[in-house]
Amino acid sequence: MTTQKLDHIRNFSIVAHIDHGKSTLADRLIQSTGTVAAREMKEQVLDSMDIERERGITIKAQTVRLIYNAKDGKQYFLNLIDTPGHVDFAYEVSRSLAACEGSLLVVDASQGVEAQTLANVYQALDNDHEIVPVLNKIDLPAAEPDRIKQQIEDVIGLDASDAVMISAKTGLGIEDVLEAIVHRLPPPEGDPDATLKAMLVDSWYDAYLGVMVLVRIIDGSLKKGQRIRMMRTGAVYDVDRVGVMTPKLLVKEELLPGEIGVFTASIKEVADTRVGDTITDDRKPCAQALPGFKPAQPVVFCGLFPVDAADFEDLRSAMGKLRLNDASFSFEMETSAALGFGFRCGFLGLLHLEIIQERLEREFDLDLIATAPSVVYEMSLTDGTEIELHNPADMPDVVKIEEIREPWIRATVMTPDEYLGAILKLCQDRRGIQVDLSYVGSRAMVVYDLPLNEVVFDFYDRLKSVSKGYASFDYHLTDYRAGDLVRMSILVNDEPVDALSVLVHRSQAERRGRAMCEKLKELIPRHMFKIPIQAAIGAKVIARETLSALRKDVTAKCYGGDATRKRKLLDKQKEGKKRMRQFGKVEIPQEAFIQALKMED
Amino acid sequence: MTQDPGFGIYIHWPFCAAKCPYCDFNSHVRHQAIDQERFARAFATELAHFASQTRGREVTSIFFGGGTPSLMKPQTVEAILGSVAKNWTLSDTVEISMEANPSSVEAERFRGYRAAGVNRVSLGVQALNDEELRFLGRLHDVDTALRAIEMARETFPRLSFDLIYARPGQSPEAWRAELERAIALAADHLSLYQLTIEHDTPFFKLHEAGKLVVPDPDAAADLYEVTLSTCEAHGMPAYEISNHAAPGAECQHNLVYWRYGDYVGVGPGAHGRLTGGNGKRATATELYPETWLQKVEAQGHGMIEDQVLTMEEQGDEYLIMGLRLAEGVDLARYERLSGRRLDPRRLADLVSHGMVERMDGTRVRATRDGFFVLDAVVADLAA
Repeated sequence: MTTQKLDHIRNFSIVAHIDHGKSTLADRLIQSTGTVAAREMKEQVLDSMDIERERGITIKAQTVRLIYNAKDGKQYFLNLIDTPGHVDFAYEVSRSLAACEGSLLVVDASQGVEAQTLANVYQALDNDHEIVPVLNKIDLPAAEPDRIKQQIEDVIGLDASDAVMISAKTGLGIEDVLEAIVHRLPPPEGDPDATLKAMLVDSWYDAYLGVMVLVRIIDGSLKKGQRIRMMRTGAVYDVDRVGVMTPKLLVKEELLPGEIGVFTASIKEVADTRVGDTITDDRKPCAQALPGFKPAQPVVFCGLFPVDAADFEDLRSAMGKLRLNDASFSFEMETSAALGFGFRCGFLGLLHLEIIQERLEREFDLDLIATAPSVVYEMSLTDGTEIELHNPADMPDVVKIEEIREPWIRATVMTPDEYLGAILKLCQDRRGIQVDLSYVGSRAMVVYDLPLNEVVFDFYDRLKSVSKGYASFDYHLTDYRAGDLVRMSILVNDEPVDALSVLVHRSQAERRGRAMCEKLKELIPRHMFKIPIQAAIGAKVIARETLSALRKDVTAKCYGGDATRKRKLLDKQKEGKKRMRQFGKVEIPQEAFIQALKMED
Repeated sequence: MTQDPGFGIYIHWPFCAAKCPYCDFNSHVRHQAIDQERFARAFATELAHFASQTRGREVTSIFFGGGTPSLMKPQTVEAILGSVAKNWTLSDTVEISMEANPSSVEAERFRGYRAAGVNRVSLGVQALNDEELRFLGRLHDVDTALRAIEMARETFPRLSFDLIYARPGQSPEAWRAELERAIALAADHLSLYQLTIEHDTPFFKLHEAGKLVVPDPDAAADLYEVTLSTCEAHGMPAYEISNHAAPGAECQHNLVYWRYGDYVGVGPGAHGRLTGGNGKRATATELYPETWLQKVEAQGHGMIEDQVLTMEEQGDEYLIMGLRLAEGVDLARYERLSGRRLDPRRLADLVSHGMVERMDGTRVRATRDGFFVLDAVVADLAA
């Protein structure tokens, strides 16, 4: 039994900052190797969800096998794992990288290295990847390939002198990329005669085929009918079918070392599979399991409630179905005085939250109210117990709290230096502590420690706004630190709205309170009476706005020919009212619960 | 007590000499002569079609709307009224109204319309100020309008005219003065409309582009307050949101709509409501005049919509129309139409905010304050 180089295979990922052209490059590679027939080709071919296409982002890692006839006359199997670029989905990136030997580092030839470029390339280096730098969009007038090459060398420390120059949009240089994959990335190694050892890279639920498991074969082979064992969970399954993704499933006899492919085995739920687990032959298990991954931890929590209380059971079943496909999302039942029955849900970040909410609304036709997102706080109580707080509404009485700790992150921001001032101010305003500030040419790289609760909500939007979209951002969780946090409640028409209460740092309370009251004044439609909106800590009101009464809202002309049209307008108004929640006598639009937290300045 | 809404016939004349920039009604400009005899025959055909479905009803009102019905020849009006009389019994007190433009040419035809049977005219005066008439795209000036009012007063037993307010930059004082002048000229009825920016009009495009700025809701409320108080002070209270009359001088035809009675709508783009065995039907005819003509000639009517309304729809329409009236709606009738009661909690809230009031337990009406925000009141009650 000997390990051999599997020279006809290359396994690679593409790492890039969002919008630098990763999915377009993937499209071109698929197209130019004839993997997908021209008539089936569409943009972002690997992004199968509507939301991915609309937003132009990748949420779920996808894999595709390309067959490439190289200039050396040999045929290669190239396995591409396309990975998400957004920080919320960093865990998807890390496990995809673990299944490959090399990466293409795609950098926009005019924008250069961005925060996510750095974060993702460091992950690739951690996985001992060979990296081929690729400069994209070199056809654009603003492209400065030489400067960007230098930047890659300065910032990342990678030799970029033979970076591949391409335009994924026009197809320029795609052949060179394929040649570089073959000649510059290492082939995988493995022992075909050894017992099966495979890494569980990902799993998802397919409506027709059930749970599909993506694996990277390390040693041995995986065949239909084989009895396999998941080493971590101990579960045993009989393999129903094996195949590769092209990106459609192509059924094969077996998967061999170095290959990336999928299998099905009558596994009931995605939750039964553990990403990073080692799969082996049940009769001849391998001696040592792979190191595995840390499971993804939810960092943001919010309540999701049906607008119509009668939809509660539908929401429960929809969440169950979504979780089949996304084990990183968690939920448990919650009740709110204001919103009734719903669920407290955990997410990897705000984008993840938005996507789940949108999928629930779209794919399951549910109208939802999302409450203010909250991070997970740790609390030491005076009686010595330790609790985790996922929901500000559950905060214990202040006198019982010894200490509250909140999660902190280390954030890296890269920006053209003209926006540096505004960005430093933003970080400072959000209680940030500067760790590092350095320059690469005219770009600044700032590293800050920030409390996650200052970032979770709208930091990214604000960052984009103060830098006109030029700054980029990445972060990772570091630790929990004690903080002077208080619960701020919001009263609308003198009634507290529990779904709007938030934990804030005492020093930020007044500013946040004022901003929330101002925002709610815009978000709540005028009523037939005036409505006071107040923010309070305990019994003390710290901010107040008044929404004045509606003064004129009546159709001027309404005769026999207008009845139908007016009735249809009334139907729309009634629909709109269904999307509102009644608090006392006040109707609050459902989007207000999230929008109220977005700060303008 | 429930008022008898009556039974009305609406006749739509779809042509205008020019389109006004604020108007989204079904009106068309034609540069060649219109074959009025052919239209009159088509009206007769369509009237006969609806008559066969409303046998035994007594007509309390006939209304010529448009478009500009005063572009019709008196003979055309006479022919149409003849068709109505042939198909239905007319009430002894039948009101026959006609919308007219206050131009000199049209005023010359007034005697002919009167002779044909028209007993009430509604003039589209719109403003008593030349500059604003031009802004509104009207073809007449104030002097011509005054002469037309005079002529109409001499010719017809009853007269009303329309004004549009909340024009750009209009102050409450200026509006009060203009309105007082109008009241002095008017016989006993005025329709006073807040300028509304409707989709697909030239004003809409100007408004979108920021080139036409109309009073905001607060300023519009101030102008409406002027409208209500000035008319009240002169004995012409609002019997409907935008309509003011001395008691007894209300437009019987429009009361049919607001009391949610039955009406036949004939002509291009006309709507009807007809009660049958399984509730109220909503009818609507083809909008485009020449297509309507062909349809009527081919099949006897120009209907493109004819559907029975659900109980919820009937209840909603009754609230939309009925609450516009100072007399309000009858609760028992609402329950019969909609199959449900008004939500007592919402009703109580609206009462506590002073927006609606109950009258002797059987009726509900919008208060004076409620008139200002009636669309919100209706949405609350219908939700």
